[in-house]
Amino acid sequence: MRRLGWLKSWEGLLLVILIVIIVFNASSTPHYLQVQNQINLFQLHIEKIIVALIMTFIIINAEIDLSVASVMGLAGCVMAYLFERGLPFGVCLLAGLLTGVLAGAVNGFMVSYVGLTSLIVTLAGSIGYRGLAHVLLENRSIGNFPEWFDRLGQQPLIGPFPLALIVFFVLLIIALIILQRSAAGRYVFVIGNSSDVARYSGVNVRRVKMILFIVSGSVAAFAGLLLAARLGSMRGDTALGAELEVITMVVLGGVSIFGGTGSMFGVLLSILIILNLRNGMGLLNITGEIQTGVIGILLILSVLGPNIGRWVTEAWNRHRRVQHMHDREKGG
Amino acid sequence: MKRLKRYFRPEQLRELSLVFLMGLIFLFFGTQIEGYFSPRIFNRVTSDVAIIAVVAIGETLVLLTRNYDLSVGSIVGLTAFAVGKLLSFHPDTLPIVALLAAIGLGIAMGLINGLLVSSGRVPSLIATLGTMAIYRSTLVAYPAGTKNVVTHDLPEWILDLCRTQLFSIGEFKIRPVVAGALVLFVLFQLMISYQRFGRRLYAVGSNPEAARIGGLPSQRLVLSAFIICGATAGLGGFMYLVRYGDLTPAAAQGMEMDVIAAAVVGGVSTMGGSGTMIGVLLGAMMINLLQQSLLRWLVISNFWVDALLGALILVSVTIDAVIINRLRDVWAQRGLEGNPVDEKKIIEEESLDA
Repeated sequence: MRRLGWLKSWEGLLLVILIVIIVFNASSTPHYLQVQNQINLFQLHIEKIIVALIMTFIIINAEIDLSVASVMGLAGCVMAYLFERGLPFGVCLLAGLLTGVLAGAVNGFMVSYVGLTSLIVTLAGSIGYRGLAHVLLENRSIGNFPEWFDRLGQQPLIGPFPLALIVFFVLLIIALIILQRSAAGRYVFVIGNSSDVARYSGVNVRRVKMILFIVSGSVAAFAGLLLAARLGSMRGDTALGAELEVITMVVLGGVSIFGGTGSMFGVLLSILIILNLRNGMGLLNITGEIQTGVIGILLILSVLGPNIGRWVTEAWNRHRRVQHMHDREKGG
Repeated sequence: MKRLKRYFRPEQLRELSLVFLMGLIFLFFGTQIEGYFSPRIFNRVTSDVAIIAVVAIGETLVLLTRNYDLSVGSIVGLTAFAVGKLLSFHPDTLPIVALLAAIGLGIAMGLINGLLVSSGRVPSLIATLGTMAIYRSTLVAYPAGTKNVVTHDLPEWILDLCRTQLFSIGEFKIRPVVAGALVLFVLFQLMISYQRFGRRLYAVGSNPEAARIGGLPSQRLVLSAFIICGATAGLGGFMYLVRYGDLTPAAAQGMEMDVIAAAVVGGVSTMGGSGTMIGVLLGAMMINLLQQSLLRWLVISNFWVDALLGALILVSVTIDAVIINRLRDVWAQRGLEGNPVDEKKIIEEESLDA
């Protein structure tokens, strides 16, 4: 019985849910367990799950970044715009990445040095950066990128694995090591728990936050370029609304929205749950909008469920204590 | 200067500067765009502002309690769509029934949000991010016939409602919708500045812990704020239907951004506990004036609207953080009379009392 104790943790619960979903999907469609379907399942949302890795750091740090989807769009649009102007493709890619660094630096500066709430800063960012993307491309769609770029996004690179998937796993391992095994990771947790305590213990809170937002912007920009490669074209509204799903992945993974707790393993499990759930619903012909609604329900339940569980156990314990006292009174 | 301090509070200074800024925008575009001062633009701006502003009333109440409601866009879309469908299937529904149905539907959705936040202890950001998706997919999955609401299915009075005018000053028409919004604003401004309920919302938002220890029913107050927010969003949905007529399932998508932007530009703090309805109204007008003017300004492409809106929000929040907060400290230090507080005197008086 004690060996099963870890199942009571959040990760244990997620693992059970994941297994249930996989078994259900596998039994309802024969194609589900094929390697190609499993890779497709990652490939369809690969940009979002890459961004979810850095979002984990941001939310553990008790901040939030609502602008990631817009930064993804903007980076892709800057790249496409310069490409259309006939610049060498390498320069375009670099400019796209640089856009992300800049966008992240603006967010980070406003949050850590001006001292504004990250929710409002990145809300303004998500409107503003999306607006800039529309300014660049208006309502055109730009495609016909170099052939190698499209191939990188759409074809497998090593064995059956495409580039983005390999990047994801490499980044996952790096994130895991930084968050759970390094001093920088400890700083992120400490600041998330109490930024005052962190400051008094000599942690440079401002610098850590600044760096996190810059990395967030850069990773989002990189994901935007991957998205451009996968889709083969860019529009002003590419990746609109992706932040909802990214945040869902992180919060469902057991990261508290108030910061200070969470693990990379939990986030990985919740990513797998969401991907498999979407894939299963897709195989059952449920449309994307309804899938988003189901994800929304999952998001609320992921916070509500543990709360209800806690009340039930508390009520049960109280009941038992009262029972116990009754028994003692009768005995005495 | 002393006089100024006596009669103005920092919030009012902020509102005055918004009016001043709006005046500047007005004058600038007046020289740039032909026929800018014509009544058409006035009518256009007022009827667009009315929707955003009404929804912003409820959102402000929620923001005051240090919560967010990100689902208002979806509530507006869903109520507009549902009432539109109701009216196209039963064209003989009484107008008042349709209006109440819209508000009732809004209240129901606000109640769900409020219960999740107040009783379920789900952080409002998470709860309303989730319900935003849920309400929107309810709308998409709406089973009734075709997916769109079309104007010519709607009864005549809906179309009349957006054409008629209550009264007009020259060519400047005041439509019923606009007048209704203004009345609501006055009522809610009075409520949050003089009524117990309103003052308590401020108390809960500015320091939830103190409010709880002081014995305020924080949970119930937050719940009521969310319910009112649902109601105004439902009303906004009705107005959206009246204004646009043709609706797709994507109706009012992203409106929550405009609404929160209006509140923030109008000086409502997202940390709760400060803001006024007049400021919100000014914020909504400012944003809409800018949007409508940029659409008509031929010098830059109208795709700049959103980029500038983002910058505007950022600038106004920064000004708030840097200047207004400092001013507020100065005000607090000098006391109401404009005199520096004499600590020695207070201590002497206290010792005398003892």
